[in-house]
Amino acid sequence: MTNPAELKYSKDHDWAKVEGNVVTLGITDHAQESLGDVVFVELPGVGDKIVAGESYGTVESVKAVSDIVAAVSGTVVEVNEGVVDAPDTLNNDPYGEGWLVRVEADDLKPLDNLLNVQQYEALLAEEEH
Amino acid sequence: MAELKRTPLYAEHVAAKAKVIDFGGWEMPVQYAGVIEEHKAVRTKAGLFDVSHMGEVDVQGPDALAFVNHLITNDASRIADGQILYSPMCYPNGGIVDDLLVYRYSPGHFYLVVNASNTDKDYAWMEEQKQGFDVALANVSSQTAQLALQGPSAERILQKLSDVDLRKIKYYWFTQGKIDGVPCLISRTGYTGEDGFEFYFSPQYAAGLWNRVLESGRGEGIQPIGLGARDTLRFEARLPLYGNELGPDISPLEAGLGIFVKLDKPSRPEREGFVGQTALLRQKKEGLSRRLVGLEMIGRGIARSHYPVSKNGAEVGFVTSGSFSPTLDKNIALALVRADLASVGEDLEVIIRNKPVEARVIPTPFYNRQRV
Repeated sequence: MTNPAELKYSKDHDWAKVEGNVVTLGITDHAQESLGDVVFVELPGVGDKIVAGESYGTVESVKAVSDIVAAVSGTVVEVNEGVVDAPDTLNNDPYGEGWLVRVEADDLKPLDNLLNVQQYEALLAEEEH
Repeated sequence: MAELKRTPLYAEHVAAKAKVIDFGGWEMPVQYAGVIEEHKAVRTKAGLFDVSHMGEVDVQGPDALAFVNHLITNDASRIADGQILYSPMCYPNGGIVDDLLVYRYSPGHFYLVVNASNTDKDYAWMEEQKQGFDVALANVSSQTAQLALQGPSAERILQKLSDVDLRKIKYYWFTQGKIDGVPCLISRTGYTGEDGFEFYFSPQYAAGLWNRVLESGRGEGIQPIGLGARDTLRFEARLPLYGNELGPDISPLEAGLGIFVKLDKPSRPEREGFVGQTALLRQKKEGLSRRLVGLEMIGRGIARSHYPVSKNGAEVGFVTSGSFSPTLDKNIALALVRADLASVGEDLEVIIRNKPVEARVIPTPFYNRQRV
């Protein structure tokens, strides 16, 4: 699967899409691939505050429990209930139907620390070895 | 860190693009196509497992039967030659050293199959216990490869390659035969809750046999299966796993393995009938303080090994194994809980990330295959 060029990526294998002040968050194709079959997703509720660098939810595969780390601080304005009801959406479409939450960012500055697609793919290549 | 051990099939796993992990010191495939897909293949068709990491100990001598019966909680005098026994093996305090399969060739010759990561510990324990018995032990693990073929199509697939009539091998019996010309010990056993076979042979044939069995089953939908699905399959069938349901601090009675503990096995005045007998008799007499139960998650969440279990906020036990169940499409768990809270229908909580999540005691095994 190709990693979309319009997204920003974290070293923890999360992605962020910035549209004005609203940031959509998800996990990367590499993250879902490493986890294996995703069977459970726990997300915050609308109105909850999330904090950059801290866990805002959990993704579990049959074998593994994984925290999802926020790339930005802000207030959750929308939650993808589709992923909660059908966790395998994360395996099938991590960059589309598998988005997790939309956040109204307090400050877009932390996003400057994220990687662009070339940098992220270089990181993946490095982790291979 | 010590170098990881590999089975003779390591190259086949890498070629099949398996995800390989460190499993108790062994570099083993955890999944090929995916845990859920592999799990379902075994329940509905067939799956092939590399279990060459398992440990094998050959026991021979005039006292072989007496020695084995001293070692294990079950009774090897009650089975026939050619038959197999499942048994825990205990410490004097009733805690579990390991669980094993006991293959009986004759009263003077047994073959014991133990868990991979326990092989060295078990072998040392057996050597220590053999004082006073006229018996010779040999750890033949490194000279033995093992495959497991499991699932409703297992017999049909294996029969195409075998010179023995597999229908004649009953559940928990074994025979010597050839599979694709390779001399094997073939048993109708497994760790999945399905029908199937396990076969033991010389490691030099491992790659050839692995590929031949996969070829033979191609039309039947056979798949190679990793340790991930091996765990979910055994878990649904409530087959215990050492390190989860079993360990030095858990007795076989607590783990629900009472039928494999023959407390009335004759003992001599100077010696217990088996190691741990006195402690287990006392535990039985005094009553168990905790029991292994099945849980179904009522609230949202997956119980995992070692998560605490509570009742109205007070801790009453812990989860031994927990997972999403691919067959039942539910989140279920096994847990050791206070004995007075072990009845089916009891409402408990599993503490998941510091939050109590509702769970209910349900009957086990979670999965029983339909027998034809």
